[in-house]
Amino acid sequence: MRLQKNTLAALCSVLEFAANPGLQLSAAEIAAKYRISPHHLAKVLRSLGRAGLLESVRGVGGGYRFTGNAKRLTLMDVIGLFENISAARRGGRRPARREGAPARPAAAEVEEALAVVLSEIDEIARATFSTITLDTMLKLMARRRR
Amino acid sequence: MISLKKMRVRGVQPGDLAQVIEIDAGITGLRKPEYWGEILGRYGSGRRRQRFFLVAEADRRIEGFAIAEVRDWEYGMPPCGWVFAIGVRPDARLEGVGTRLLEAIGEGFRRLGVTKVRTILARDNHLILSFFRSQGMMAAPFIALEKDLE
Ligand SMILES: CC(C)(COP(=O)(O)OP(=O)(O)OC[C@H]1O[C@@H](n2cnc3c(N)ncnc32)[C@H](O)[C@@H]1OP(=O)(O)O)[C@@H](O)C(=O)NCCC(=O)NCCS
Repeated sequence: MRLQKNTLAALCSVLEFAANPGLQLSAAEIAAKYRISPHHLAKVLRSLGRAGLLESVRGVGGGYRFTGNAKRLTLMDVIGLFENISAARRGGRRPARREGAPARPAAAEVEEALAVVLSEIDEIARATFSTITLDTMLKLMARRRR
Repeated sequence: MISLKKMRVRGVQPGDLAQVIEIDAGITGLRKPEYWGEILGRYGSGRRRQRFFLVAEADRRIEGFAIAEVRDWEYGMPPCGWVFAIGVRPDARLEGVGTRLLEAIGEGFRRLGVTKVRTILARDNHLILSFFRSQGMMAAPFIALEKDLE
């Protein structure tokens, strides 16, 4: 699984905020630390603001402040703002074939079976992203640093 | 608010069972006195070194319980500790009771020379998954499979 650039930028940002509770950070600081284009990051931060995870602070030295709860906010809450990881997305069960109805085209059969397999993968991804909070993620990073 | 200082994690005693049944019924919606009687017989204090049935007690009230066991070569894996169940009273949650119970289980495992702890959870039970993940647990290199027998 690969996450899009936006998602990665959003995750770096919220983790940076969550690791420094109460701190006000500017887009420029985050962009420099994570080597993200400032223009790109500005858009991502605005999305996070609209979602209620950040609040913008106006004036000189303005920037953003974290308004989320790192112990409750999950990776899914952030990723879901930028990607569509929906367990229901790919259908699943095969519709019952009516007596006398023409056989379904071969490709449809493969696609339907594949949809079952892919939705299995989606469900695992969702369960994983939905149960790792920012706090748990910071602890994971700290353990890997050791 | 319970005081963690006053809280003690210890082996279950028969007199605790009624409260454990009540906590479990609150979580699962089912009262299962017979089942719990059997669990007490199998996992109750001191019956087998490898089995743990612990309770967290504060002011004579049972706030939570945990059941675990060291299993050898199950599914071909070297000896490892399994946590089968953990439950905390709803009004005592988010105060560290679950963490204390899991720590006590971990100490028990370590005393037996076991350094790996595992559990299996319902994929849609995000509360308990978040709890175990907050304790540093990650996906094990296994996949649980099932099928309906025709
Ligand atoms: C899961 C459970 C055992 C946790 O017990 P607890 O005493 O509340 O756990 P703790 O207070 O030690 O919490 C430890 C960490 O778990 C995580 N956690 C616990 N509850 C959480 C919740 N509702 N949402 C997100 N994370 C949570 C947090 O990271 C928490 O750390 P924090 O307090 O620093 O935020 C308890 O909620 C419970 O009994 N739930 C029902 C269990 C169940 O469904 N059992 C059926 C299958 S066995």
